[in-house]
Amino acid sequence: MAVKNQTATTADRVAAGTSENASGSAKSQEELGQLMLKRGTQSRFWWLVPTIYIVFLMLPIYWLINMSFKTNGEILSTFSLWPQEPTLRNYMVIFTDPSWYSGYINSIIYVVLNTVISVSAALPAAYAFSRYRFLGDKHLFFWLLTNRMAPPAVFALPFFQLYSAFNLIDTHIAVAIAHCLFNVPLAVWILEGFMSGVPKEIDETAYIDGYSFPRFFVKIFMPLIASGIGVAAFFCFMFSWVELLLARTLTTTAAKPIAATMTRTVSASGLDWGVLAAAGVLTIIPGALVIYFVRNYIAKGFALGRV
Amino acid sequence: MNKTLNNKAWFMVLPVLVLVAFSAVIPLMTVVNYSVQDTFGSNVFFWAGTEWFQEILASDRFWAAMGRNLVFSAIILAIEVPLGIFIALNMPRKGWGVPVCLVLMALPLLIPFNVVGTIWQVFGRIDIGLLGHTLAELGVNYNYVNNPVHAWVTIILMDVWHWTSLVVLLCYAGLVSIPDAYYQAAKIDGASRWAVFRYIQLPKMHRVLLIAILLRFMDSFMIYTEPFVLTGGGPGNTTTFLSIDLVKLAIGEFNLGEAAAMSIIYFLIILVMSWVFYTVMTNYGTERR
Repeated sequence: MAVKNQTATTADRVAAGTSENASGSAKSQEELGQLMLKRGTQSRFWWLVPTIYIVFLMLPIYWLINMSFKTNGEILSTFSLWPQEPTLRNYMVIFTDPSWYSGYINSIIYVVLNTVISVSAALPAAYAFSRYRFLGDKHLFFWLLTNRMAPPAVFALPFFQLYSAFNLIDTHIAVAIAHCLFNVPLAVWILEGFMSGVPKEIDETAYIDGYSFPRFFVKIFMPLIASGIGVAAFFCFMFSWVELLLARTLTTTAAKPIAATMTRTVSASGLDWGVLAAAGVLTIIPGALVIYFVRNYIAKGFALGRV
Repeated sequence: MNKTLNNKAWFMVLPVLVLVAFSAVIPLMTVVNYSVQDTFGSNVFFWAGTEWFQEILASDRFWAAMGRNLVFSAIILAIEVPLGIFIALNMPRKGWGVPVCLVLMALPLLIPFNVVGTIWQVFGRIDIGLLGHTLAELGVNYNYVNNPVHAWVTIILMDVWHWTSLVVLLCYAGLVSIPDAYYQAAKIDGASRWAVFRYIQLPKMHRVLLIAILLRFMDSFMIYTEPFVLTGGGPGNTTTFLSIDLVKLAIGEFNLGEAAAMSIIYFLIILVMSWVFYTVMTNYGTERR
């Protein structure tokens, strides 16, 4: 029945489309309604809006990539839409100068540390929130959210003093733990969203089959929410990667993230625009590499698993 | 889902509790301490009561930064939300266009905040930037470094570039969840495009949209890195938002008492907003189940 309906409406839509083309008269309300029903994909100009928007998004990024392949002389003297004499010098500078590439290594170390800590701490907590009621659960859940929403600027100074007291300034672990402030709540919320989608009967059946809790969790439950774990890890990685304020406050040299290296280059005299652009392009790559795999979950991740 | 009552679940939450307590509660207590104490240096503190709060609430600088931040949040919400809905409505629903749109649109969301600032700093420069150079060629006297209006326009444009995709993606997620039957029913009734939007699409998007608005408000309310890199809060103080002002006060001027009092007021506003957010989110959850 439903299938028949579907085909009938498709035929109607096609018919409506041809008559629309034939008449070409001013659109009545009804025709507008039909246009709406086609929901973009079948009207001829549906691609215009997304295309313009994507061009707007890509232009600044293209300009950065363009600059990263130019020599400084070319950047400053001539104005060209693409590199006249493409060069890899800027990338060479980054890959050969330790003060540049160590920034990437530092960033990756603390980001990975943070992702591992956040997700592994969040897994049992999210399970508890999704399966059990316990004393103060709602308050706790809310309190976690406030940390995700807290402005890092509020925490910059106290963090500096706290980690100084523990002698942790300028270590990777300090930044990794500091970023837990917003990443642990994020991971808990996202994982809870995914776990609530798994029917509780699965847990009960597993217990009846004689699984112990840890074995059930690792062998049965984690594979079921594998995509959720992936999404949570991706977002922890991303938010730790893009954060600068805390990372910069807590580090001086040994664990200085690439983002801080870049800002210091900006403020120094004699701007090396080419290298700056190349460094910027390299920071975009991690996100660009994995985004395809999480494309269907981006909205869910940003909305803390609630879409 | 009906959950069972089990207070032992606390043990599962414990790691998170310890971790977040270390990185949130202890620092927050430090802030509270500073906000009610004064010092003449050398680690001797004495009780100051609500002095710092009175000072900050009476300071023009704080209210100016707060005002700028509210105006900024209002402007970007007014631009990004309608624009995001409009783009989401025009996105393809199936075929190869879907992953292409999703991936390309999400790209700006994943760029480090300071690189976003750098991209726009370069992009807007008259000598080497595409935007600045083109505007200069067109005869517009554009200079975001010296002209406050231009600085604001550039920051708003940057934020629209950076975050509109979030609204788009959330609205899109709401739109694709509408069953075809709704549109068919609307067609039979001869509903206009506006009516379809008003009575089918908007109600279905309403919760996602609320989440998008709240997220955008929160994140724009604590924006720091992008304007800091782009304009450094200038020219003058015209783009100094709350976070920038707070960091200046705390780390630049080492004015701990005032900075702490400001942090707490700032945090309380965030707390109220979070509560609204939480209510929206959890209500959505119960409706879904």
